Amino acid sequence: MASFPKVKSVALRTISTPLILSAVLVVLALVTVAYGSRPFNQTMIDIFVRVILVTGLYIFVGNSGVLSFGHIGFTCMGAYAAAWLTMPPMMKELSFPGLPDWLKALQLPYGPGAVLAGIFAGVFALIFGRILMRLSGIAASIATFAMLAMINTIYANWESVTSATNSVVGIPIVRTIWPYLIGAIAAVFIAWAHAISRHGLALRAARDEPTAALASGIDIPRVRLVAFTLSGAVVGLGGALMAHSIGVVTPDTFYLGLTFITLSMLVVGGIGTLTGAVMGVVLLSLLIQGLRWLERGVPVGESTFALPGGLQEILLGVVMIVILARRPSGLFAREFVWPARLGARRRNSSAATRNVPAGDA
Amino acid sequence: MLQVLFDALSLGSLYALGALGIALIFGVMRLVNFAHGDVIAFSVFALLWPSTDAVAIVFAGHLPWFLLIPFVLAVGAGLSVLSEIVVFRRFRHASPATMMIASFALGFVIRYFLLMLFSSRPKSISLLPALSQPVEILGARMPLLQLITILATIVMLIALSVFVRRTRFGLEMRAAAENFTMARMLGVRANRVIMGAFALSGALAGAISIILGAQTGTADIQMGGAVMLMAFIATVIGGLGSLEGAVLAGFLLGAASVVMQTVLPPEARPFRDAFVYGAVILVLLFRPQGLIAARGTKERV
Repeated sequence: MASFPKVKSVALRTISTPLILSAVLVVLALVTVAYGSRPFNQTMIDIFVRVILVTGLYIFVGNSGVLSFGHIGFTCMGAYAAAWLTMPPMMKELSFPGLPDWLKALQLPYGPGAVLAGIFAGVFALIFGRILMRLSGIAASIATFAMLAMINTIYANWESVTSATNSVVGIPIVRTIWPYLIGAIAAVFIAWAHAISRHGLALRAARDEPTAALASGIDIPRVRLVAFTLSGAVVGLGGALMAHSIGVVTPDTFYLGLTFITLSMLVVGGIGTLTGAVMGVVLLSLLIQGLRWLERGVPVGESTFALPGGLQEILLGVVMIVILARRPSGLFAREFVWPARLGARRRNSSAATRNVPAGDA
Repeated sequence: MLQVLFDALSLGSLYALGALGIALIFGVMRLVNFAHGDVIAFSVFALLWPSTDAVAIVFAGHLPWFLLIPFVLAVGAGLSVLSEIVVFRRFRHASPATMMIASFALGFVIRYFLLMLFSSRPKSISLLPALSQPVEILGARMPLLQLITILATIVMLIALSVFVRRTRFGLEMRAAAENFTMARMLGVRANRVIMGAFALSGALAGAISIILGAQTGTADIQMGGAVMLMAFIATVIGGLGSLEGAVLAGFLLGAASVVMQTVLPPEARPFRDAFVYGAVILVLLFRPQGLIAARGTKERV
């Protein structure tokens, strides 16, 4: 850095990453609106919801290096909170007779509802995090998993407040793509702002060199807790939007299946980068969609070419294994940045890319 | 009272066998193998002829028990070794997170392969039906199967511990678990040890699948999942890489589930699992390295 007389702020040096990623998302949304059919619109909404979830997951997992199996628990909380806040009072009486009366009478529009749901999930992430963030490594991963199982058990059995395992219907469905796009872009910018903040830098230092970080006075449980709370809030927001995109919630929607698919998207994309989080979702979702399309059958001349059922998942698994074997740190081990004009600047251009071990791309 | 004890022991046996299968592999290559549950399911389905009907067409299941059991164990071991050769060998230098996701993807492939051949409907099978007859011991009635499960687990655990402590291969495996690089330098053949660990772990998965199949009388492509998750937790509570710890924690988890089922007031019973998982978090808080910490898991500076 010393060789440059004018040092730009960290924010300016790294802003290109979230800008490029947002541009990718905006282009996807525009293409959808311009050409898309209704099922295609729904597919794209699913992708944006997953972008929010995986980006939220990245805030904690990517920066701390601790694999969390528990975040989908906060997604579950966000989704149910959105149901509590936005459903018509009459339907709440049916599904959730045990809710307090003021909450039953309340009916918010989906926007404020989703934000509140995110905050709700964030508060619980703070509470759980106070306990869990003292752990590290695989013990922390298992503890987050135990947390997920706890949340799932409670939501699947607390009849009067969550309607147990019954599907909760009556959540207002939002079919336009824009709120999801805004949510995804907001998640990307929150993740970026956290990554370049003092807490984000300290957390990545603790991930790469825990002993040195500790010796330089970084309070590791504290910086982890900040990331955990923030990422809990973002995945909670994702949960709320997910509830509005499908209109139905059950506890098992938010359990192991979703946990593994979101983690896979993060790891295949590149666990340590924001670009990896976003592009992992986009690419894997497009792959899944393409395989589903093949499974349904594609007319080739006179006949129809279709994959046998189940092959879609098998191919998906095989593709993931091949990608990981080829690129163990994911497809995008480096952030997207503007093409640098100066060769020298390239090396220093982004603080966010520096957490990637050199030469592994 | 005695009934509770036997319930706890037989559930604990399942968890202990599962935990051991995961700990064996973790010990030699730091891989948390999420495909283990699907190996369990695959071993049961190896007894059936592929079909999508609800009633299973039994194929190898007609074998007499002394052939059937080795057959299932061999299928488990074979699939496990195959997964090492085809997939995990490519991940020797990858980070644990990458390996974990790869193993999950492999499990996905196995599960949907079974789904393609057998459909997702659970099938009823009668596996070793003689075992479900009840017997009476010290005034407690229980299925013979429960007794055999407990005895077989104990026999397997003793055999395995003799194998690990008294044979050259076991010695090599323990050396590799403790310090893989050093063991290689001293002439331990890495591939052989790793393949051995996978074979043992797969055979344990086969054993679980026989017990589960006989207990529930159904073959379901999801059947390994629940056991695997508990086993996975047991492995960590026991101290990752520590085989004794895995077994101990497996039994403890089984006991905790059964005891809570009887002790909790009826209105709290549906939340039993929440209490069990809460206990797991507590144990981890007090002993983050597990009950019996394996040496060499914490990096020295």
